[in-house]
Amino acid sequence: MLKIDNLHVEVGGKEILHGITMHIKPGETHVLMGPNGSGKSTLLMTIMGFDAYHVTRGSISFNGSDVTHMPVHERARLGMGIMFQRPPSIPGLKLGKMLDVINPEKKPEFVTAAVTRMNMEEFVERDINLGFSGGEIKRSEILQMMVQDPSFIMLDEPESGVDLENIHLMGESIARLLQKNQRFIDRKNSGLVITHTGYILDYLDVDKGHVMINGEFKCHGNPREILKLIKEKGYKECLSCAKIL
Amino acid sequence: MHDTIQMTDLSDDDQKRLALTGLEVEMKNRSGSFFQKDQDVCHITSDCQGIEFLTFSMALEKYPWVRDYIWKAIPKDKDKYTKYVASRPDPKGFVIIAKKGTKSIYPLQACLFMSDSAVQHVHNIIIAEEDSELHIISGCTSSTGRNSGAHLGVTEIYVGKGAKVTSTMIHNWGKNISVFPRSVAIVEENGVFLSNYVCMEPVRKIQMAPLCQLKGEGAVGRFSSVVVCTPGSFMDLGSTATLEAKGTSAELITRAITTGGTILSRGRIDGLVKGTKGHIECKGLILRDGIIHAIPEIKGDVVDTELSHEAAVGKIARDEIEYLMARGLDEETATATIIRGFLDVKLEGLPDVLQNQINAAIDAAERSGF
Repeated sequence: MLKIDNLHVEVGGKEILHGITMHIKPGETHVLMGPNGSGKSTLLMTIMGFDAYHVTRGSISFNGSDVTHMPVHERARLGMGIMFQRPPSIPGLKLGKMLDVINPEKKPEFVTAAVTRMNMEEFVERDINLGFSGGEIKRSEILQMMVQDPSFIMLDEPESGVDLENIHLMGESIARLLQKNQRFIDRKNSGLVITHTGYILDYLDVDKGHVMINGEFKCHGNPREILKLIKEKGYKECLSCAKIL
Repeated sequence: MHDTIQMTDLSDDDQKRLALTGLEVEMKNRSGSFFQKDQDVCHITSDCQGIEFLTFSMALEKYPWVRDYIWKAIPKDKDKYTKYVASRPDPKGFVIIAKKGTKSIYPLQACLFMSDSAVQHVHNIIIAEEDSELHIISGCTSSTGRNSGAHLGVTEIYVGKGAKVTSTMIHNWGKNISVFPRSVAIVEENGVFLSNYVCMEPVRKIQMAPLCQLKGEGAVGRFSSVVVCTPGSFMDLGSTATLEAKGTSAELITRAITTGGTILSRGRIDGLVKGTKGHIECKGLILRDGIIHAIPEIKGDVVDTELSHEAAVGKIARDEIEYLMARGLDEETATATIIRGFLDVKLEGLPDVLQNQINAAIDAAERSGF
C-alpha cells in the first residue's frame, strides 16, 4: 500500500529526515514512536504532501503510484487521509459544511450517523475548530475521516488531550476506520499512528513499531515491546540498542 | 404615478439584475414592495396591516406630520449631495410607517433602478413607532450598459422605544455608476437598529458614511458590511455610531475582499456617556493586488465606556487551504470555500428570507470566481 524509499526531507532549508525507508502493507497498522522533535510529524506531513516539506531524495509510492511530488488533494483522492494534531480554525466555515464538501457522495444519513457517533451534534453549526477543546478537535478530525473514508490513515497523537471518557470512543472509532473489527485477511485499510503514551494501542491491533530519533529509524519491531522498553529505560536505550531489522 | 411599468415589465436581463439585489419581482415572501425606475415611482404596495408603505408625496398628503421627520436626522446642507436632493421640487422615494406594536415577518422591499436618467435621487423616511418591528430590503441596481450615472439617496430612520428596524441594502450597480447614499438612524430607548450592507458587483464609486445615533437608554446599533471590490471600483465605506445614553452598545463589522479595487473601510464609535460599549471589527482579504485601507476609530469621552477594535488585512493562510486539500478539495475549491466562510458574517436577528438573499449574492460572487 505505502512504500517509502530512502526519503530525505528538508523543512525551511534544513534536512529533517535522513533516509527513511518503510513499507506498510494493506490491512497493516504501524506505530511511530520517538522523542519530541525527532521528525515523526514531518514524515506524516511529507507523506500527505504539504508545501513546506521538500523531498530532496527518495520516493513515496502509494498503491503503485509514485506520489512523491503529487499535490495534496490528489493524494487524498487516491485514499490518503490525515488526522491533524493542530488543525487551523477557519472562521465562517461550519463543520457541517466541511463534512458536505469532503465527500459529497456520502448520503446525509451516513453523515448524520457519524456525527451522532462522535457526539458532535452541537458542533455541526459551529465554525470549524474555532474554540474547540483538544478532545473536541480530535473527535472532529475522526469524524472527518469517517466521512472522507480513506484507505490509508495517518494519525498524529490521536489520544493527546482526550479525556478518559472519550478515549474509549476515540479508540473504538479509530479501530473501525482501520477495519480492526474485520478479520485480518479481510482488512484493506492501513494506518500509521504516532503515539507517545501508547494508550491507543489498547484499542488497536498494531502490526509494527518504528522508533525515530533525529530523523532516522533506530529500531523496528514489536510495538508493545518497544513501548515497554521506552517506558522503562527511555529513548537512550533505543539509541544504544539500535536494532535495525 | 405611473402604473404602467412593473418590475416584471423589465427585460429578462434587468430582472435578473434585480433578483441579484435580493428583490422578488413576483413579491413572494414580501409584505410590501416599492419600485422606482429613474425618477418614476412605478409601483408601491403593502399588504401588512399596521405598516404603511407610501411614496414620499403620498405620505405627506396622508400624514402631514411626516413633515416633522424630514431633514430632521440629516441636515439639508450636510454636503452637496444632500443639498441637491433637498433642492429638488419633486422629492421621490418612500416613507415607511410601522404603527405602534406592529411586527412584520416578511420584509418590505424597495427597488431603486437606474435606467436612462443621469441622476437618480431619492429621499426615504422610515418611522418605526414604539415596539414595532420591520425589515426593509433595498436593492439598488442599474440597467446593463449604462455609461454613467449617479445615485443620490437620503434615508432618515427613526427607531422608536423598543422598536426594531433591520435594513438590508444590496448593491448591484454597474462599473460606470457613482453612488452617494446618506443615511442617519436615531434610536430611542431599547430600540434596535441593524444595518446590513452587501456589495459584490462592480461600481465606479461608492461613498457613504451612515450614522447611528443611540439616544435612548439600552439602544443597540449594528452595522455589518460584506463587500467584494473588483478592479476599477472605489468604495469609501464608513459607518459611525454614537453612544449617547446609558446602556447603549454598538458593533461595526466589516468583511472586505479586494480583487483589484480600492476599499476604504472607516468605522467610528464615540462613547459619550457612562455604561456604554462599542466594538469595531474589520477583516480584509487581498486576493489580487488592490487596496484595503481599514480605519477604525474609537473615541471615549468618559470613565466607564468600553470601546475596542480589531482590524486585520491579509491573504488566506496556506495552512487553511492545505487543510481542505488534505480532505480532497483542489486548491481552487478550497480557496473558494474559505472565502465563502470569510464572507459569512452572522447577521443576528435576520429573517431567513433576508439571510438567503445575502447568501445568494455571495453564491453569485463565488460562481463568478470572486
